[in-house]
Amino acid sequence: MLSIKNIETWYDLIRALHGISFEIKQGDIVALLGSNGAGKSTTLKTIMRLLDDDQPEKGTIEFMGKRIDRLDTEEIVRLGISYVPEGREVFPELTVMENILMGAYTRSDRRGVNEDIEAMLRLFPILGKRRDQEAGHLSGGEQQMLAIARALMSRPKLLMLDEPSLGLSPLLTKEIFTIIQDINKQGVTILLVEQNVNMALKYSNFAFLMENGRIVRADKPEVLREDEDVKEFYLGIATEQSVKGYKRYRRKVRFR
Amino acid sequence: MIEQLIVEGLAIGACYGLFGVAVAIIYKTSEVVNFAQGEMGMIATFVAFHVLTVYHVPFWLAFIITMVFAMLLGMLIEICFLRPAKDPTVLGLIIITLGAEMLLMGLAGWKWGAEQKDFPFLLSVQKTHEILPGLTVNEWSMGVFVLAAVIMVFLFLFFRYSRLGIAMRATQQNVNAAKIMGIKVERVFSITWAMSSLIGAVAAMFFAARSVLDPNFMMEPFMRAFAAAVLGGLTSIPGVVVGGILLGLIENFFGYAWPEWKPIVAFVVIIIIITVRPSGLFAKHYIKKV
Repeated sequence: MLSIKNIETWYDLIRALHGISFEIKQGDIVALLGSNGAGKSTTLKTIMRLLDDDQPEKGTIEFMGKRIDRLDTEEIVRLGISYVPEGREVFPELTVMENILMGAYTRSDRRGVNEDIEAMLRLFPILGKRRDQEAGHLSGGEQQMLAIARALMSRPKLLMLDEPSLGLSPLLTKEIFTIIQDINKQGVTILLVEQNVNMALKYSNFAFLMENGRIVRADKPEVLREDEDVKEFYLGIATEQSVKGYKRYRRKVRFR
Repeated sequence: MIEQLIVEGLAIGACYGLFGVAVAIIYKTSEVVNFAQGEMGMIATFVAFHVLTVYHVPFWLAFIITMVFAMLLGMLIEICFLRPAKDPTVLGLIIITLGAEMLLMGLAGWKWGAEQKDFPFLLSVQKTHEILPGLTVNEWSMGVFVLAAVIMVFLFLFFRYSRLGIAMRATQQNVNAAKIMGIKVERVFSITWAMSSLIGAVAAMFFAARSVLDPNFMMEPFMRAFAAAVLGGLTSIPGVVVGGILLGLIENFFGYAWPEWKPIVAFVVIIIIITVRPSGLFAKHYIKKV
């Protein structure tokens, strides 16, 4: 459903994405993994066209057979992609209800919107209790739930989440991931950016590993989980004693 | 005497408040202080003057024409001057509004000349009614009270309940998140400017009816309204209105006691507020210096 071919994104003179390509199939939970600065968030922002107007500099992005790499963010949302940004980014001075309503900004079917609001309150009962509070006063986990609820209000076909576990306790992280799985079961395809590799591998059907602006591995989570390099450098199960192994790994992923 | 001073102060204060709201609406969505606000109102008032004296249309029609013109002018300035700015900083945008101010002032001077004119306004300061024994209110003040109240109620409902109003608040709080929601933020900015220009034009017509009409006549009211807005806290619309009313009262009482110092009170107030409480009296969210 989403197919990315050879995109290059630049921040002024720095090339953040060195021509990456991947494809997402309908109904999957896809994880985009990697360390800090690997270009995961940049990939999502490039898809949403939140960077400068002339980015991505090269390559094409197709969503359901339609080129979207030169559309405005607002048109992309209308096509059915929703995005939960890193660090929630709820509207702090709007109430919880107003935040959820803003998520349905592109829709005009009042009835459907009301039904979806009810559905969101069933999915996240805590938001119902806080409906008239300002979103800035919610806790981190509640804000994350609000951000997800808000993103779902546009009835997306593809939901992209940037670090949903950021700053949450392990218990809450688990809850969020379970909810993501539920959303997926209702037919929403999910693209997930995570630093928490362990969690992401547990819940996804397919994973891409990014390093220095390139995709270095693409495989099923079961395979990646058993991979020696992944075990060592992402899951923290150390077997290598010296720094040599780390250096060897860096060399391996650099020249793809 | 005291009640007379209060009524007069309230009226002029409501007018400051109204104009301050025009400034505050733009400040709220983009953090830009629009220095062209006064001149936008001035040009709109000149348009009203023109259709009234040259085409002799009835006043209500002139009023509507002026309002439509004011909205278009606001959008035009946003689209032609502010939007093309590349990688704009807030300061850069403020300088652009200063440029727009000079341009508009020059335009008015070229079209209508620099001499002072009387603005034939429907409500005059001279016609008074004694509503209570010993308390007279002129028609101008009544008009201000009614219009200010109507506009305030409208704005309150608009920002509270309408989808566009909530989207405007959302855009102000986080532009990127607003884009992700599918809000056309550029359109939101244009609408903001149109609304602000409209409210500013209403207030400017009242100011013109009180003084005279020339290309400079909005300079002082703008500065005072800005002082009022700072006093109330530029980000809170009710705060701006209260600030305007406070300023009107302060000015009137001060002017009664020491008439020769009346013109500077507003500016003393602005300085005191900026040094003591830069976010204004009623600003409730994050502290930001004006």
